[in-house]
Amino acid sequence: MDKKLIVNDFSIHVATVNGSGSQSSNAVLLKSIFQMGIPVSGKNLFPSNIMGLPTWFTIRVNKDGYIARKKEVDILVAMNPQTAVDDIKALRPGAVCVSPVELNLDKIRDDVQHYLVPFGELANKASDNVKLKKLLTNIIYVGVVAELLEIDQVEIDAAIARQFEGKTKAIDLNIHAAKIGREWAKENLKKSDPYRVERLNLTQGKIIVEGNKAAAIGCLFAGVSVVTWYPITPSSSLCEELIDYLDRFRTDKETGKKSYAVVQAEDELAAVGMAIGAGWAGSRSMTSTSGPGISLMAEFVGFAYFTEIPVVIFDVQRVGPSTGLPTRTSQADLLSAYLLSHGDTKHVVLLPNSVGECYEMAMEAFDLAERLQTPVFVLSDLDLGMNMWMSDPFIYPEKPFDRGKVLSKEDLERLGGFGRYDDVDGDGMTYRTLPGTEHPKAGYFVRGSGHNKNAAYSERPEDYMYLMDRLLKKFDNAKALIPQIEVDQNNDAKIGIIAFGSTHWAILETRDMLANEKIATSYCRLRALPLTKGVEQFIDAHDRVYIVEQNRDGQMLDILRMEMPHLTAKMKSVRHYNGMPIDAEFVVNGILEQEKNAR
Amino acid sequence: MVSSTTPPAPKAPVTNKIGLTLADYKGSPSTLCDGCGHDAITSQIIKAFWELSIEPHQVAKFSGIGCSSKTPAYFLSRAHGFNSVHGRMPSVATGAHMANHKLITLGVSGDGDTASIGLGQFGHLIRRNVPMVYIVENNGVYGLTKGQFSATADIGSTLKDGTVNRQTAIDLCGLAIELGCGYVARSFAGDPKQLVALIKGALAHKGTALLDVISPCVTFNNHDGSTKSYKYAKEMDRPLHELGFIPFYEQITVDYEPGTVQDVQMHDGSHMRLKKIGNDYDPTDRFVADRAIHQSHKDGTLLTGLLYVDESQQNYSSLANLVDVPLASLGQNELRPPKSALDEIMAELT
Repeated sequence: MDKKLIVNDFSIHVATVNGSGSQSSNAVLLKSIFQMGIPVSGKNLFPSNIMGLPTWFTIRVNKDGYIARKKEVDILVAMNPQTAVDDIKALRPGAVCVSPVELNLDKIRDDVQHYLVPFGELANKASDNVKLKKLLTNIIYVGVVAELLEIDQVEIDAAIARQFEGKTKAIDLNIHAAKIGREWAKENLKKSDPYRVERLNLTQGKIIVEGNKAAAIGCLFAGVSVVTWYPITPSSSLCEELIDYLDRFRTDKETGKKSYAVVQAEDELAAVGMAIGAGWAGSRSMTSTSGPGISLMAEFVGFAYFTEIPVVIFDVQRVGPSTGLPTRTSQADLLSAYLLSHGDTKHVVLLPNSVGECYEMAMEAFDLAERLQTPVFVLSDLDLGMNMWMSDPFIYPEKPFDRGKVLSKEDLERLGGFGRYDDVDGDGMTYRTLPGTEHPKAGYFVRGSGHNKNAAYSERPEDYMYLMDRLLKKFDNAKALIPQIEVDQNNDAKIGIIAFGSTHWAILETRDMLANEKIATSYCRLRALPLTKGVEQFIDAHDRVYIVEQNRDGQMLDILRMEMPHLTAKMKSVRHYNGMPIDAEFVVNGILEQEKNAR
Repeated sequence: MVSSTTPPAPKAPVTNKIGLTLADYKGSPSTLCDGCGHDAITSQIIKAFWELSIEPHQVAKFSGIGCSSKTPAYFLSRAHGFNSVHGRMPSVATGAHMANHKLITLGVSGDGDTASIGLGQFGHLIRRNVPMVYIVENNGVYGLTKGQFSATADIGSTLKDGTVNRQTAIDLCGLAIELGCGYVARSFAGDPKQLVALIKGALAHKGTALLDVISPCVTFNNHDGSTKSYKYAKEMDRPLHELGFIPFYEQITVDYEPGTVQDVQMHDGSHMRLKKIGNDYDPTDRFVADRAIHQSHKDGTLLTGLLYVDESQQNYSSLANLVDVPLASLGQNELRPPKSALDEIMAELT
């Protein structure tokens, strides 16, 4: 055994059964390492099921701050008999496996460092209650792992206290159980693997949060007032977290009156219909969904595009339709969101890469929706939305709300009337009034695509052309308002990388790995659609540009080809689409393989 | 509860209580077929709002898709209107109501828009008890796509090409009562006296009020044998114009006493039997209402009047405990929590 220590750079893979209560134990493990000042990230791989199916939680510990997924497992905690054999077979030689002694995993692999633990016996010590024993087994493995990795017990205690905040009995019980695991490990296991943690000072002041929660916080401070939604994995927690925050911060303490409304709709058609109705009536409205919901919203979104109604739609992307892999991640709704609906439609799409951007772009989305009077999508994904990410704390917004062009009663008195779809400012963005405005000329009639400048019914070709060209002008003018690209240009680099969303984290690591191979790269991170001039310049400045994304067909590549056909020859593609979050090794291999051919 | 059914004064005042004339409640000219029952309903909507002196700007009009859904353009042009997508008007109205619960919300839909494509949203609107008047202009046929059956077409009724409907009709009033609707009424487009009273009653109701108004289609409800049928006209007219040919009819008007049965001759020569609910009918008894509707199906009559009313239910926005002013009127000060709130949240995430 190599005695060289590996400090603060490994991954822990915990295999359990879903519904067994392992989630809180895994959070305790992750947070205790985080509290020691060491960068961590946590990824939950779970089935579309409530109880009894396999689930895995991966904690990546990395002193350099890499928080993308790491494919290779260093330490396996094999608690699930159903998957234990497969789990251990997947390990590389020399990896570590902590498992219940009765599973006899040491008989399957002898090239793995085994720690066999009598979890059943230890659980008997932790409680007499049969139900509790099962739950406490999870915190016992936390104790065992803590001892093996030298995680300070004070941090375990603190993490447990945070996890079960306010429930003294649960805190005591869990701390006790964790210590049972730890004590047993101390007395009975001989540490012979190289992995351990050591205190650093890299997480001070940082937060750990899921993207959905971050987006919910953004919506709260964006002043959302009507939330309409239909439950769907992996987006549900966005609205659920938001509902909790709204209840806490937007309910009058004395009267109990609420400055918001939440409607759990009967389906996604109704959810977006309600959000559109509310946006039309002047509130900041939103819905949140995932792929199947986006499909259902298609007709309404086109309607809102043509009738110019603000609405914010979060799409926490997942894999494909119906049952199957709704709990796996992807970036495969990009094209459908961008062009959603029928009859010449395209939409502003924001592409957050981090929990911080989930927060910020939530706020930007509402401003853009009202300024542009159009549906605005925020495309997150399961990896970003439901996994735990380290981040700097969010900053309180200084920018005031942008409510767009809305005419008041006083404005109408001054103007004597208005044309709802008349481009008086020449920027493609027209003035609207809100229902209830006390003026005889305030009213107008919303109707699909067939309307003239005054919102009157029209099927005249010139009226339709006017509308279509103006909508295009508005879309072009949106380019200056949306989140701009982030470019790290390396003048020595012949190759560039383009990525967006959660793929970003694998790219950071990819670039360092390529730099180690003496391959310099530039990086352009797309933060929104439509594409802007800067993207074109970036591609133009490099010999080859790799568009890295998490879908099968290269959807961002398609958009780039469509809008910058003259640069098609420079565009290369790396696509990851197995449902797991993309990892740097995959990207590096994908690029190196093509570079071989390019040279 | 329900407003008086006393007919309006013989000489209507030129202006109402808020100084507006009847013309102030009108909309653009109708583009529906001459003699269409929907226009008669439009007239009664205008009359009801005017007589009740409702501020037009306080009204929000909604509709889905179909001939009926075009009609909100033909009344209250000072109000904001929203001609939405097919069958989804209830969701738009629900969202708008939550954003501004001070608006007086009126929806106009058809039998296709409500009973076929929109049945789901119709049901959930009622279940939520969103305060709005929901008028179904019911002709049992898709007019705008030229005469296919809708889900309210009676079993045994025929299309112009002779196709017989073999499926049972959805009775929207019966369904609404089942779903817990607190104001359920049925009327006939050609009965202005009853209709205006029912619209006023619906406007006074604090939850979802359903008004199922039978409004025969003058164009697509003809018998084969009729010399004024679409088919006959097609054969007799020049082919170039056949799609544009619409026969002219007078609007049908009836006026009859409560508790009586009256036969009405339809445009195509068939008869519709109208039976008015008697004065002894108790519309607050759900079981009575249910029985009466089923009995009318058995008798082959069309039961009109206020079928069921229940004013006791809380509506959706009052259950939501909203602030008194419309959410849409709130500004940044009310909507964005202070920095201390973010600090509190961040502290929880470290």
